[in-house]
Amino acid sequence: MRCQKRFFAAASAALAVTLLSGCGSSEPSFHAKDISGLMPELSYSLTNSKGEPASASDYEGQVRAMFFGFTNCPDVCPTTMAELNKAVKAMPDDKQDDMTVLFVSVDPERDTPEKLAQYTNFFGDRIVGMTGPEASLRDLAKRYRTTFGYGEPNEEGNYDVSHSGAIYVFDEQGKARLLMRSDLTPEQMAADFEALMTEAG
Amino acid sequence: MAFDAAFLLPYDFSPLTILAYMAVLALYGIAILKLGPGERPGVVRIIAFLLGVLLCYAVMQTRYDYYAQYMFFIHRGQHLILHHLGPVLIALSNPLPVIRFWHARLPSSAALLLAPLNMIYRVLQQPVIAAVLFVGLIYFWLWPAVHFDAMLSRNLYWVMNWSMLIDGLLFWWLILDPRRPQKGRTLSYGMRNLMLVLVAIPQIALGAWIAFSRGTIYDVYAVCGRAWPMAAETDQFIGGVLTWVPPAMMSIIGILLVLRFMAVHSRADDHYRAVAGHQPDATNPVT
Repeated sequence: MRCQKRFFAAASAALAVTLLSGCGSSEPSFHAKDISGLMPELSYSLTNSKGEPASASDYEGQVRAMFFGFTNCPDVCPTTMAELNKAVKAMPDDKQDDMTVLFVSVDPERDTPEKLAQYTNFFGDRIVGMTGPEASLRDLAKRYRTTFGYGEPNEEGNYDVSHSGAIYVFDEQGKARLLMRSDLTPEQMAADFEALMTEAG
Repeated sequence: MAFDAAFLLPYDFSPLTILAYMAVLALYGIAILKLGPGERPGVVRIIAFLLGVLLCYAVMQTRYDYYAQYMFFIHRGQHLILHHLGPVLIALSNPLPVIRFWHARLPSSAALLLAPLNMIYRVLQQPVIAAVLFVGLIYFWLWPAVHFDAMLSRNLYWVMNWSMLIDGLLFWWLILDPRRPQKGRTLSYGMRNLMLVLVAIPQIALGAWIAFSRGTIYDVYAVCGRAWPMAAETDQFIGGVLTWVPPAMMSIIGILLVLRFMAVHSRADDHYRAVAGHQPDATNPVT
């Protein structure tokens, strides 16, 4: 009986340790959150800002930073695009060509290819825009555990769009590696992009 | 407003989950049809069981799951059903006759295979372990870093939801087991009520902390986007309240149910003593 009690006491302690041990985090080697193994590799089938089909093979061998947004976005999207452009510019010239920012518009109703091209060109030459039918965008968003939603239109027909505020970073093999929140500086983003490139050799 | 039938389709189709629910419903249905009139649970108990199972299924394999993935307060509603409401209904339906029916039909070789499971079950049903596990899982999955990963990873998300459901079933069955308290088999009423009080306090504290925190605790919903535009603080406040108030109420309901078990068994004891002058059968459940 005493043995049984001891066994259950030990089991309780082991359980508590197991539960609590999950709360600790391993040493971070990136400024952004490391999501290796949490998400599937980069894959999409959309339309680029020239109206042509776009897929993950278009920029194969490059580090890609994917962001979901819309061109009518008043704050998060322009800020993120400007910061990403700064991050790319902060990298050495020879590494900038190995980096592409993918701006995925989740508002295909308003974001025509022309409007997308105008928008992305304004922010930088390493940024490419793409969009597609809502169903394709939903599939892509679901693949990366994100979503978007539309608010009620006002009298002028304008509406708000809720979307992810994160940047999904994929390495040169297309593996999902980092999730960048808005609190990172362009220098930190640049350091992470470079670290991914260096890692690949 | 027309009902959108597409709402009933799974957002994230999980064949294993659907198979598990189909198997449970099939096993329950067959047993109900084959059990004798004396053993078969009444209509209210059958409805309670089906309602509990269907509620859990609905929050896992309908469009509700989409909203649970992208709104914190809906996620809290999902876990309220998986960890509390669904398991309480299933435990209250007292599925023991169905379990006995299938247990009697198991081949003798199955006893060997089930022995390790039985041992794990007995360990998990120790009061201290059960209470720590019940509260610990809530804290574990709501630990911001863990919650972040669970909402990002499809596999972890399924582990989270299934662990909440299985633990909910284990805990509420321990509390609402209709059999008389019997040393080594079923808990005393005092222990059951003590556990209900003890598990309520950390849940109240956690829910209140979430509800009244000024900063964003769970930024994964901002990172991944919300199902519709809603202020982060509103989402967090409602989610905190759902972690705090309904689970505390479930503990109170649990205590009232245990008190009812006590009263029913006590009356039955008095009756037996007065009429037959002997002790009642210890396995006789509350009906």
